[in-house]
Amino acid sequence: MTAPTVDATGSAELRTLLRQVDRRRHRTDRIMRGLITAAFVIAMIPLVSVAWTVISHGVQRLNGYFLSNSMRGVFGGMDAGGIYHAIVGTVEITLFATLISVPIGLLTAVYLVEYGRGALARSVTFFVDVMTGIPSIVAGLFAYALFAVLLGPGVRMGAVGSVALSVLMIPVVVRSCEEMLRLVPNELREAALALGVPRWLMIIKVVLRTAIAGIGTGVMIAIARIIGETAPLLITVGVIDSINYNLFDGRMMTLPVYVYRQYSQGLVPCREGQLDCIASINYDRAWAAALTLIVIVMLLNLVARLITRFFAPKTNG
Amino acid sequence: MTTTQRPPTSGTQPLTKVPRRRVVDRGGSRVFRWLATGAGVLILLVLAAVAVFLVLRAWPALTAPVSELSAEVPFFQGGSMLEYVGPLVFGTVLVAALALLIAVPISIGIGLFISHYAPRRLASALGYVVDLLAAIPSVIYGLWGALVLAPAVRPVWRWLNEYLGWIPLFGGDVSPTARVLLTVAIVLAVMILPIVTAVAREVFLQTPRLHEEAALALGATRWEMIRTSVLPFARSGIVSASMLGLGRALGETMAVLMILSPGLLYSFRLLVAGQQQSIAANIAAQFPEANPLGVSTLIATGLALFVITLVVNMAARAIVARRKEFSGAN
Repeated sequence: MTAPTVDATGSAELRTLLRQVDRRRHRTDRIMRGLITAAFVIAMIPLVSVAWTVISHGVQRLNGYFLSNSMRGVFGGMDAGGIYHAIVGTVEITLFATLISVPIGLLTAVYLVEYGRGALARSVTFFVDVMTGIPSIVAGLFAYALFAVLLGPGVRMGAVGSVALSVLMIPVVVRSCEEMLRLVPNELREAALALGVPRWLMIIKVVLRTAIAGIGTGVMIAIARIIGETAPLLITVGVIDSINYNLFDGRMMTLPVYVYRQYSQGLVPCREGQLDCIASINYDRAWAAALTLIVIVMLLNLVARLITRFFAPKTNG
Repeated sequence: MTTTQRPPTSGTQPLTKVPRRRVVDRGGSRVFRWLATGAGVLILLVLAAVAVFLVLRAWPALTAPVSELSAEVPFFQGGSMLEYVGPLVFGTVLVAALALLIAVPISIGIGLFISHYAPRRLASALGYVVDLLAAIPSVIYGLWGALVLAPAVRPVWRWLNEYLGWIPLFGGDVSPTARVLLTVAIVLAVMILPIVTAVAREVFLQTPRLHEEAALALGATRWEMIRTSVLPFARSGIVSASMLGLGRALGETMAVLMILSPGLLYSFRLLVAGQQQSIAANIAAQFPEANPLGVSTLIATGLALFVITLVVNMAARAIVARRKEFSGAN
């Protein structure tokens, strides 16, 4: 290789050209860097603001009394009332929805990963994706319409809400379980089959057992996703002030609906100098219930993360 | 080419395939296989059932004469079912489009920040922080939007109205409570940020490394590299991400219900109260006190919402799916 010979003047010109910084291009670069960083900062403002307001407003009223009492017999600006009935409703309805969604979701994921070939599998994948986009209120309307056709119109009970929530939950469960099942190494399946294990036992004892941590995480995240749903419960389960333990009879209160209900009741008109009346009591309760809800959702997310951390299968070793 | 090569392969395939299947599926395996397949089919059935039951319950309202509707349903307005649904569809699409307009540029920014600007070690943590926005229940966004955001943006809206009032969007009597469409759009934008960001980020990370390095080697600045190699590669991904966000924004109920002061007009006035309403919020607002025909009317509007979101989501997913097949990654 022969190096190109450059005469003195040419190299000097070249050098100045290379040294020169193109101001405009660098300015654009810096501006865009600033804008892109700003976009991230802007997104953090609502997150911080929501977290701060919910915590600062909610923490005053959130205590043992608030958690262990219902709204029965509470009216006006009374300094009383709690969310026990809402917690009962949320826990029962969410658990029942989980009970419906997890078997269906998990089996579908098994189908997609272990059996799914051809047009049916492709359309199931596609429509599971589409199903994640169903508006929650439409899921509520569906559950209402289903039970109205089966049991007559005007049915309000916890189980209807569970059905509505499971329409929203199933696609989330399918998605996350499918992802986890695909992570199970094929060698494990082949080893089991080679030992003469029937296919269904192989799936239950090898595939599902290997992926159990991931499935647990997926279910937790799905629960966290639906536990805050308001609209479908508002139209299927309704509102009530006292405790109802029965999923299959009558209205139930749930935490998100409680937040909405308290908010929509607004400020209480208090007489001047009335001591036992708090004008903003409804908003205070709404904030405290919102804080409870956020704490529950964050705990579920945290548990999901912990499950992956501690129960993940050791793949390399 | 392909037609000449087909005969030999099609001759050998059945021989290798058929016997294997028969050996594998017996007894418990067959039951289990049917269980799993049944679950998959059940999901398709549920989606079909959503449509069928909505139509079934909406039927009375769709077939009832207008005179009966307006006599029995207190919230019914307009000369026909279509005239009632029209403004609602308009309001729904308008607020969702506004939210999208706000959210997409910011999401692209966040996606690029996480994929190309933030230090590698921080990237996943930052992604998790953005995902936290998705973990907050919608009712809490509604509460926050109505009690915190609306009072905060009031002076801004007044300023917009005073100085930019000649633009029809910002004209009219500015609402003193700021319970207007623009406030709602901001809250919805915050709510759809995480999903749009998640998809955009994924696509940005898929850009072929060689394209980026080639751009940098030619002397491009980082932004020029993004503009010439990352963004063209990610274009269809951004489109489908936006459509997913749009689908989410169209169906969002609580934020609209709790913040917006509703009205049934074809109005572009974003700062005036009592102009627009979205389908979902209208259902949630009227449903608890509606009589049977009213419920039926509301379900009919819900059917419209279902069809709109279904179309948007299917389009988005179709774009994603097509992208997967042709992407340079494989």
